[in-house]
Amino acid sequence: MIDKRSKELRKTVVDIIAIERRGHLGPAMSSIDILRVLYDDFLNYRVEDPDWDKRDRFILSKGHGCLSLYAVLADKGFFPKKNLLTFCKSESIFGGHPERGKIPGVEASTGSLGHGLPIGVGMALAAKIRKESHRIVVLVGDGEINEGSVWEAALSAAKHKLSNLTMFIDYNKLQSYGPNAEILNLEPLADKWKSFGFSVEEIDGHNIEELRILMKTIPLDKSKPTAVICHTVKGKGFHFAEGKTEWHHKSKISDDQLDEMYQCLR
Amino acid sequence: MRNTCLNEIHKLAKVNKKILFIGSDLGAGTLADMQQEIPDQFIMEGISEQHIIGMSAGLAMEGFTPYVNSIAPFLTRRCYEQVLVDLCLHNLPVRLIGNGGGVVYAPLGPTHLAVEDIAIFRVIPNMTIIAPCDAEEMVRLVKQTVNWPHPIYIRLAKGGDKVVSNKKNGFEIGKAILLRPQGQGLFITTGVMTQKAIEASEQLEKEGIQCGVLHVHTIKPLDYQALASLIPKVDVVVTVEEHARIGGLGSAVLEYCSDKIPKHTSKINRIGIPDKFSDKYGSQETLLEYFEITVESIKNLMKLKTRN
Repeated sequence: MIDKRSKELRKTVVDIIAIERRGHLGPAMSSIDILRVLYDDFLNYRVEDPDWDKRDRFILSKGHGCLSLYAVLADKGFFPKKNLLTFCKSESIFGGHPERGKIPGVEASTGSLGHGLPIGVGMALAAKIRKESHRIVVLVGDGEINEGSVWEAALSAAKHKLSNLTMFIDYNKLQSYGPNAEILNLEPLADKWKSFGFSVEEIDGHNIEELRILMKTIPLDKSKPTAVICHTVKGKGFHFAEGKTEWHHKSKISDDQLDEMYQCLR
Repeated sequence: MRNTCLNEIHKLAKVNKKILFIGSDLGAGTLADMQQEIPDQFIMEGISEQHIIGMSAGLAMEGFTPYVNSIAPFLTRRCYEQVLVDLCLHNLPVRLIGNGGGVVYAPLGPTHLAVEDIAIFRVIPNMTIIAPCDAEEMVRLVKQTVNWPHPIYIRLAKGGDKVVSNKKNGFEIGKAILLRPQGQGLFITTGVMTQKAIEASEQLEKEGIQCGVLHVHTIKPLDYQALASLIPKVDVVVTVEEHARIGGLGSAVLEYCSDKIPKHTSKINRIGIPDKFSDKYGSQETLLEYFEITVESIKNLMKLKTRN
């Protein structure tokens, strides 16, 4: 059951998609509830001072899921929601992948996969060296963790005992071409992260209350980085897109399809 | 040159907490004294160059200045995309120190040569590329890297190279140094090829041909002012580099001439490594001989061209 607030955030995403009739709907919908709870209940930040040095750092490593991040940052007031209507226009700050230095609240330019966790390790190590208490959160996609750099970073995070680093995995089980299980199987995923030295929890990534409760327990272990495997549904909230690879990225979205999207959010 | 570089970093790190040294899996004992003295600023991270670059970006975003050291091919090719996206797109002050630039690791075969590093880094916006010619210049260079606001790639030579730089010339990133005044000809060189060009220039002088040597330690940003001032004054330019003829210093000089002083473009002659993988081992010197990058061949080309 998607509640009113999650529907509102989804509506913002559809508003953005409507501009150019294109976007990564599927991966935005699998991650949007995780982002909502992160920004509502977990992360410390100051909207009026996005570079506040004590802020928690959030990196959307699966940069293609940026529509959900844009919707949440706008909702929180990092920039006016109407600015999102410039999405992908020539002079816009909001592209198909998020960029640091352009969008308030965006910590790293992502889009090429497998970059967020290493950067997050660097940020977490910086905080540890300086004995600072802010936290670093990285959201990675399941397809993204095909990349070897993710596992290199995992080894390092454990080596440095980065308990200030939390990684959420948006485990929607689908990558661009098809199911993870067929393209490059990740299972046993929890065991893999445990064996790499992470403290691991699995959760329904669309269950707001469960996410809230779990986030209160982070770090799960004071000497280890945390991995939260969020079981999600690609395209969640739009019955015609749920679990459908063709909605990973969609262009030339028709009026009827747009209408159907808005219908789903009533 | 390498030891000098690392020792200078150690010295800087002692008085600047923002400086970190990050190695991949370097030789046993590398900077052991630094590790003991300031362990928080010394990180040996393992054979994981893609991650190391990303991690360095994260550290730099938080205000640190990481100096990352590994073997040149693995610090350039292996993690190219991380260098481009994490360091250069974000324009972060991370320093990459590549051991064995060029054909230093000749006996180890083609996997360990770095003869395209300048080419692939030169096309990345915000990148700075520096190839000093000797250990004394390295000392002056390292000091200049502390406050440079962009990523830097420092290409190290074998070490024990003859000192040809001069303290009185100073060192400024992006400012080429005229080590011998131009005459009819001018050698434009980088890294330790400067030594060869100086020797060629000295021999040519004895034969009555005056040729200058412009040492371009910084290949990017290229010193356009020096090129604009010197190239029109000479008849022949020979660029010399321990790098592929495609995309390196010679190409950069040609591009500049073609764009800005096109009537001088035909003066440019390039000496470098041909477009083929090395199929020999031996030593740096024997490989350079194989590729015809010797004092003799440099001299001969200059003679031939100045005669015409």
